[in-house]
Amino acid sequence: MFILNLIFRNAFRHRLRTLLTVVGLMIAVLAFGLLRTVVDAWYAGAAASSSTRLVTRSAISLTFFLPVSYGSRIRGLEGVKTVAWSNWFGGVYQEPKNFFPQFAVSENYMDLYPEFILSDEDRQAWLRDRKGVLVGRQLADQFGFKVGDALPIRGTIYAGNWEFTVRGIFDGIDDTKVTRQMMFHWSYLDETVRKVSPRRAGYTGVYVIGIDSMDNAAVISRNVDALFANSLAETLNETEQAFQLGFVAMSDQIIAAIRIVSYVVILIIMAVMANTMAMSARERNAEYATMKALGFGPGFLALLIFGESLLIAIIGGGLGIALTAPAAEAFKSVAGIFPIFSVSNDTIVIQVACSLGVALIAAVVPAIRASRVKIVDGLRAIG
Amino acid sequence: MSSPAPITPLVEIRHLAKSYRRGGQVVPVLSDITLDIQSGDFTALMGPSGSGKSTLLNLIAGIDKPDSGVLRVGGVDITGLDESALADWRAANVGFIFQFYNLMPVLTAFENVELPLMLTSLSRAERKARVELTLAAVTLSDRMDHYPNELSGGQQQRVAIARAIVTDPLIIVADEPTGDLDRVAAADVLSMLQRLNSELGKTIIMVTHDATAAGAAKKLVHLDKGEILAG
Repeated sequence: MFILNLIFRNAFRHRLRTLLTVVGLMIAVLAFGLLRTVVDAWYAGAAASSSTRLVTRSAISLTFFLPVSYGSRIRGLEGVKTVAWSNWFGGVYQEPKNFFPQFAVSENYMDLYPEFILSDEDRQAWLRDRKGVLVGRQLADQFGFKVGDALPIRGTIYAGNWEFTVRGIFDGIDDTKVTRQMMFHWSYLDETVRKVSPRRAGYTGVYVIGIDSMDNAAVISRNVDALFANSLAETLNETEQAFQLGFVAMSDQIIAAIRIVSYVVILIIMAVMANTMAMSARERNAEYATMKALGFGPGFLALLIFGESLLIAIIGGGLGIALTAPAAEAFKSVAGIFPIFSVSNDTIVIQVACSLGVALIAAVVPAIRASRVKIVDGLRAIG
Repeated sequence: MSSPAPITPLVEIRHLAKSYRRGGQVVPVLSDITLDIQSGDFTALMGPSGSGKSTLLNLIAGIDKPDSGVLRVGGVDITGLDESALADWRAANVGFIFQFYNLMPVLTAFENVELPLMLTSLSRAERKARVELTLAAVTLSDRMDHYPNELSGGQQQRVAIARAIVTDPLIIVADEPTGDLDRVAAADVLSMLQRLNSELGKTIIMVTHDATAAGAAKKLVHLDKGEILAG
C-alpha cells in the first residue's frame, strides 16, 4: 500500500509532464491499433477463405480466360464435389467512385459459399430472372438497394449499359464476412457477349471447386492442372486462400510499410517515455540517496521507478486501447474503403503487450541508475 | 582492589583513512583518524571546508566506506558489512539530519516521519502512535498533514529531526543541520538537539563550521586537512 501510494504520488508530481506522456502513449497505442486493423482488413478476404475450396485460373494470368467446357471435366475428378465459375465484370454503378465488385457466376455458385445466407425465396426469384442480381447486405446498406430495385451498370470490360434487377440480398454468417459484392447470371453475360463478339463467348475467368476434404487439396490441384496440361488454356490451381493472398501480395509493399510505421510509432513513444522516466529519476537522485541512507534497498528504488512507468503506461495505453474500437468504427464510416474494419483480439493483445513493453523498457536504465546511486554522491547533489 | 573495567566507546575509530580518486589522481581526505565517541555524547566535528569532517561523519553513519582502519559503532565493525547488511544496520541504528532536510516532497510531515518505520515490523497502529508522539516532541502535531513545501525551513528541519529519532537509533548524525536556517530557527533546532541529548540521552554527532552551533555540543573535534587537531 505504501509503495503504491508513493508510486502514484511520484507519477503525478509533474502533472503536465505526466499528462503529455499519457496523451502521447494514448495516441501511439491508438495509432498502432488502427494501423494493425488496416493490415488485418487487407487480409480479411484471405482470412475468411475456405480450405475446402480451390480456385482454378489460367496459368498465364488472371486476365486470360478458361473455356467453360472445363467445368464438366473437372467435375469428373475424384474428390471434386462441386464446380462453379465466375467472371469479373468490372462495371460502374452511376459513377466510378461507387466501385464494388461484380461477378457473373454460374447458377450453383452460391452453393459453394455456405458463409453467405440467402433465403430460398430470393434464390428462386434470382434463378427465374436472367437479369436478376444478388447483392450482399453491406452493399445493399451502402446504396440502399432493395429487392425489386432496378440496378443499372455501365460496363467497362463488357461495354454497354446493363440493366439488372435486385432479386435477392444475402447476409454474411458473421461480421467477418464481406458482403459488399454483386452476382448475376454468367449465362446472361455469355448470351450478350455471343451476340457482339462470338469468339469471346463460352469462357469464364475462374473456376471455384468444392472438394471433399482439405487433405486432398494438393492432390486435386495437381490433377486439375495435369488434366489441362499442354492444352491451349493451361490452368493454375490453388487454394482459395492462396488465390486471395495473391491479390494482397500486389499491395505487399504498402502493407509492409504500414506494418513498419505501426512499430515505429511504438518505438517513438518508447523514446518519449524513456526520456520522461530518465528526467524524473535524475531529478530525484537526492531523494533516492536519502531513501538509501534511511535503509531502503536498491530493489525498492527500482520498484518505485518501474511502478511509476507502468502506472503511466497503463493509463495511457488503456485509454488508447479503449479508444481504438470507436476510432476504427468512425474510420470505417468516414473512409468506407474496407467492408470489414474491426479491431481484432490479437491487436488488443499486442497493444497491451506494447504498452507494458514500453513501460518496462523505458524504466530499465533509470531504475539501474537509481539503484546504483551512491548515497554520498546523491546527497551532494542537493543545495 | 581491582580497577574498574574500561568503558567501551559507542563509536570507536582507529587509524581510519579515506581517499577519493579524481581524474586518475588519489586525493587523501582522511588520514590516520583515531577517535572515540561515548554513548550520550554530543560531539561537534568542526573544520574548514575540505577538512574531511563530512567524510568522517559519512563513514560513521555507514553511507561511505573507509580505505583502511577500524570503525566500530555499538561494537559492530561496520567496515566489514556488505551493502545490504549496512543498509539494515543504518535503518536500525542511525538517524540522519541533513542540511537541506531531504524530506520527500510528495509525502506529508506525518508520512515523512513514518518513512523509516516502513522498514520495521511495527503495525500500522504502532507506527501511527509513534509518529504522533515524535511529531509532538518536535512540536509539530498541528502540521502533520502538511507537505514540506507548506512548512518553513525550521519546521522542515524539525520534521527531519522527528524522522531521525522515530526509530530510536543508536546515534544521530547531523550534517550542518542549521546551515540553511535563519538565526531563530537555527537556535530552535540546536535547542532541540540539546534536549534530545540531555533529556533522552541520544548520542549526536554533528558537523558544522558555525561556532555558535558548535557551542551547543558538549565536545568539539577539530579537523584540518584530513587530520584531527590536537587539543
